[in-house]
Amino acid sequence: MIQKNIDRRSFIKKMAAAAAMTAAAAMFPGIIFATEQLENLPKGGNLDWKKGPCRFCGVGCGIQVGVENGKAVAVKGDPNSEVNKGLLCVKGYHQTMCIQAKDRLTHALVKKNGSYVKTPINEALDIVAKKMKQTIEKHGKDSVAMYTSGQSTIPEGYVASKLMKGAIGTNNLDCNARLCMASAVTGFLTTFGADEPMGCYEDIDHADYFITWGNNMAEMHPVLFSRMLEQKNKRGAKIIDFATRTTRSSMASNKSILFEPQTDLAVANAICYEIINNGWVNKSFVEKYCNFSKGKTKIGYGVEDKFKFKDESQKIDFEAYKIFLKDYSPEKVAKYSKVSVKDIKYLAAIYGDPNKKVVSYWCMGMNQHTRGTWINNLVYNIHLLTGKISMPGNGPFSLTGQPSACGTAREVGTFTHKLPKGVVTEEKDRKLAAKIWKVPYENIPAKPTYHATEMFRAVDRGEIKFIWIQATNPLVSLPKTGRYRPAMEKKSCFVVVSDVFPTPTSDVADVILPACWHIEKGGLYGNSERRTQHWNKMVEGPGDTMPDAWMFIEVAKRMGYGKLFPYSKENHVEEIYNEYRQFHEGAKHGMAPIEVLKKESGVIWPYVKGKSTQWRFNAKYDPACNNGKDFHFYGKPDGKAVIWQRPFEPAAESPDQEYPFWLNTGRVIEHWHTGSMTRRIPVLHKAMPHSYIELHPEDAKKYGIRNGEKVKVISRRGSCTLPASINERGLPTKGQVFVPFFDENMLINDVTLDAFCPISKEPDYKKCAVKIEKV
Amino acid sequence: MPIKSYILHFEEGKQEILLKELHKLENCEVIPSQNHDVVVLVTDTATEEIDHNLYNQLLEIQGLKHLSLVSGFDAK
Repeated sequence: MIQKNIDRRSFIKKMAAAAAMTAAAAMFPGIIFATEQLENLPKGGNLDWKKGPCRFCGVGCGIQVGVENGKAVAVKGDPNSEVNKGLLCVKGYHQTMCIQAKDRLTHALVKKNGSYVKTPINEALDIVAKKMKQTIEKHGKDSVAMYTSGQSTIPEGYVASKLMKGAIGTNNLDCNARLCMASAVTGFLTTFGADEPMGCYEDIDHADYFITWGNNMAEMHPVLFSRMLEQKNKRGAKIIDFATRTTRSSMASNKSILFEPQTDLAVANAICYEIINNGWVNKSFVEKYCNFSKGKTKIGYGVEDKFKFKDESQKIDFEAYKIFLKDYSPEKVAKYSKVSVKDIKYLAAIYGDPNKKVVSYWCMGMNQHTRGTWINNLVYNIHLLTGKISMPGNGPFSLTGQPSACGTAREVGTFTHKLPKGVVTEEKDRKLAAKIWKVPYENIPAKPTYHATEMFRAVDRGEIKFIWIQATNPLVSLPKTGRYRPAMEKKSCFVVVSDVFPTPTSDVADVILPACWHIEKGGLYGNSERRTQHWNKMVEGPGDTMPDAWMFIEVAKRMGYGKLFPYSKENHVEEIYNEYRQFHEGAKHGMAPIEVLKKESGVIWPYVKGKSTQWRFNAKYDPACNNGKDFHFYGKPDGKAVIWQRPFEPAAESPDQEYPFWLNTGRVIEHWHTGSMTRRIPVLHKAMPHSYIELHPEDAKKYGIRNGEKVKVISRRGSCTLPASINERGLPTKGQVFVPFFDENMLINDVTLDAFCPISKEPDYKKCAVKIEKV
Repeated sequence: MPIKSYILHFEEGKQEILLKELHKLENCEVIPSQNHDVVVLVTDTATEEIDHNLYNQLLEIQGLKHLSLVSGFDAK
């Protein structure tokens, strides 16, 4: 009994320590308690430290995992990683704790007569292959679909694309990165003709100003925010938080500027108006390296099924652009953006000062936006007009939310329209893919099919009759889940889910395949700064767990495509990467050899002549620039970037008399996305056990709501009941509520709207109209 | 038998002195941060009275800027 009490006290003390460290991590992003880490290590242990990337966000921190007797027993930040320099956030530090969760999926489960039956993995893979083949035979190849993830490794995304597009011959492949950074992709492509940021994290060490656009980096990208705070304290660099809600980032910033949801479009134009009006344009840069264009307006919101849109660009000149901007004077914009004239001018003056280096950061605030492509374009406009781009400390930088949203979703191309190089609509890109994949060129269809939202609508309509979902949880993360949950339960569609843990999505599966967690397999991720990171398998996965790439290969073999997937089980990661690397040969996107990646804590592409390219499009740093000038935006045929004329247009749904509040959804530092991993880490779960609804104190008072009391949030689509949070972690503006989406027991996405940017097809999770009721 | 955890913020450059003072106290587990002027402290005391006295001792430590309670358990 005494021993039991001591153990209990010791456990409580550890919990108390963990709670304090979690709280400290929230106040001081990137804080390290290394002594505690070392004290927690098994005494006398013989730890083997293995390098890899963190499993969570897109920052791509390097980790070292301490392995003893085949078990991962400790995690620490990799001091050799240029990304995090030894720092880790609270999620990164505790990450391996989830793999021992009691409800870990260790064996395949096949639904028989309404119940799941434990099934040998090979038998389950037989069922999946047979069902996929039969569905194609009966309904055609476009009746099967695959929905993958920005958490999939590069080899996993690559074999998924090869199986679907090259072998089966359907473009029914999309991924959850559509929900988080598709607008960044279309923004980059329309402005520069080449995807992904031109700069790198080293910009933090050089910038005088960091302007964050709708981005709570203190919670979402804490290690990068910590690096920014370090520069704030050391060099006096300034952080300006431009957002719709007061967050921990706002509190740690030099200045917080709040704007009315959706009006970031207008404020960005007002900044450009001011830059031009005050003569702050870098004329030489604009003349040499920029074109001006406009696209279609009043482009819709995609709320209806089978919505179609194609933008058409039309060249304009600088004078026409100036005339367009007359509607966006600070005085006019201040009236509806709720940003003061003074603050608009303040922001413009920062960008306009030729002696100040400025980096703009953003993530979901700008990307999950019904005009996501436009707002990305508009922030690029600011940097292009001032010539503050592609040089240390100057540049626009879109951050990603997933560990390989860039490496897998964007670079391998697990979107319906993409190929590992280029797009399905381009004949030369299809020909290259067919050559490397060794399939007939005609196999690869030239037309994209379903983007994420439309894919699940097609399931609902009964068009998709087989779907394989890998490493993602769409029945928590899709907008308007109230439609898609019953859709996935329909008998018309056979659902396969491969994952590490059971989720609300696996709950509707016909077959559940047990996947390895990242350190239980080898792989490669690509982070936000174009850094490719390799790791070797560190520990064995439990039971019948299998790497996702190998599941795809096994199914491909069973479907008769074995010759196209000649990889060995032991070495498939390396073999697949070497095949994939052929797609990107050359100075514009060369990937580092696997031998280099094995040694380094990540390498930034383009990797040319043994060197990473940290700043693209700048001839001083980028060997792909070959126009003989200082800058070369080689993604565009004439080497010039585009300054886009994009207007302010309202959100798909705005508050009205019946639904008087904006609903904004997002994340918290303790949990990663839908919480399927972090909610199984006791320290993180106890620190943030459930979701909540943030209210402005005046709104709370008006409705008689006090902290912790239950509030029902209701939209035209559904409702969700959560405890109130007033003046706690975040503070929404009056007339706005905020709800984190990590909690599968409080499904806020039943309430959200599935409107999306017509160009990127990325949904807007930040804006819809709701009403609230005290329960 | 209270168990509590605190975050201690101290004045710049005072970490070493503060840690020495903290290590002198009984019933305390000290976890210093490696990169911020912050210490996590876990106290484990037999009675409410000892806990109260310890708290007062903490407040007297020189160089301590701020002390915030994060969690408290009554572990019988």
